[in-house]
Amino acid sequence: MITRRKLIVLLPAAALAWKYVLAGTPETAPNYNRSEHWWGMLLDIDKCIGCGNCVRACSTENNVPDGYFRTWVERYHVAGWEQETPQVDSPSGGIKGFPPSRFEGGKNFFVPKMCNHCVDSPCTQVCPVGATLHTPDGVVLVDETYCLGCRYCIQACPYGCRFLHPTKHTAEKCSLCYHRITKGLTTACCENCPTGARQLADLKNPDDPIHEFLRTHSVQVLKPHLATGAKAYYHDLDGSVR
Amino acid sequence: MHLTKFKDAEHLVRLAGAFAIVLVLFLLIRAHFIPKSFGQYGHYRGNALAELSSKPVIYAGHNACEECHSDVLDVKKVGKHAGVNCEACHGPLAKHAEDPGSVVPQLPDTAVLCVRCHEENIAKPKGFPQVVGAQHSSGEVCKTCHQPHSPLLSPGEKKS
Repeated sequence: MITRRKLIVLLPAAALAWKYVLAGTPETAPNYNRSEHWWGMLLDIDKCIGCGNCVRACSTENNVPDGYFRTWVERYHVAGWEQETPQVDSPSGGIKGFPPSRFEGGKNFFVPKMCNHCVDSPCTQVCPVGATLHTPDGVVLVDETYCLGCRYCIQACPYGCRFLHPTKHTAEKCSLCYHRITKGLTTACCENCPTGARQLADLKNPDDPIHEFLRTHSVQVLKPHLATGAKAYYHDLDGSVR
Repeated sequence: MHLTKFKDAEHLVRLAGAFAIVLVLFLLIRAHFIPKSFGQYGHYRGNALAELSSKPVIYAGHNACEECHSDVLDVKKVGKHAGVNCEACHGPLAKHAEDPGSVVPQLPDTAVLCVRCHEENIAKPKGFPQVVGAQHSSGEVCKTCHQPHSPLLSPGEKKS
């Protein structure tokens, strides 16, 4: 029999417990505070040699199926007068490097591509079930147990960074190696880039060299007119890059 | 009140009862299917973050390598390859870092390894050292002349 006295004790206790009922199982990375980080990446066009190390490393680290890419490298050729129509090739995403170019002269350079981890990401906005998510530390991820495979997000991404996994039939994308960066490691692509063309950046860490770099170098994001709040910062990006 | 007694009022009561039952059923089913952690950080399953960050690491990271192989680090850090991390050439070795005995890394073949980066390509940055592999060494593997951890030829040696 519940008396008024018991109810007065029970109600606050239930209210306190409710928080934990809603929370479910506790987190597994206890030393990592999500609110203390804000992740992005710096990609230096001047340093990329098109070796494909990043593509191979990403593939291995994240078990990316053959023929699909979470990151890839493009080779641009821009003749002086054709800024609007550059010649771009990316044989197998650059996973085996690049054969000699069929062009001579003009501007030639490599552009590593990946998810831009946008602040206002179009892919997260279109997901009908909340399977594509924006973490408190600024990473766009896919909850594959919740994804329906409807492909909305794949169409919504203006950077073409997503694909449907051929056997799981769920959306896949660069996770910024979330399983690594939450353990204090850098991403697989950054770890394996031999020239430092890729650098993981924590924009909330005042000691991160990214701040000095952004202050002193010309830096651009891809498709800035879309106002996606992209956090993949390209150094010395040519205007022809799409 | 006796004036406004609606004829067949029990129909409405029954309808309201049916609505109430459907509503309760809907709420119960909804509560059953929505994961407990949904909405913890945003419009998604909060536990997904912990699940995604608990995936296994394949590349150990250079700090793990340097704990044991400090002799290699001493050679490497003064050479041209100071910025190249171990696994960029030696491959993913997190298993070796966890238990050195279980996985013994294979020594990479410099004949195929070095040209991945150093084969000439028009799109590479101009200052980057590049060679035409086929002409550069007349068939000798790279490590005959260059030590991979510190690849510049020493001043006494002649460039071929």
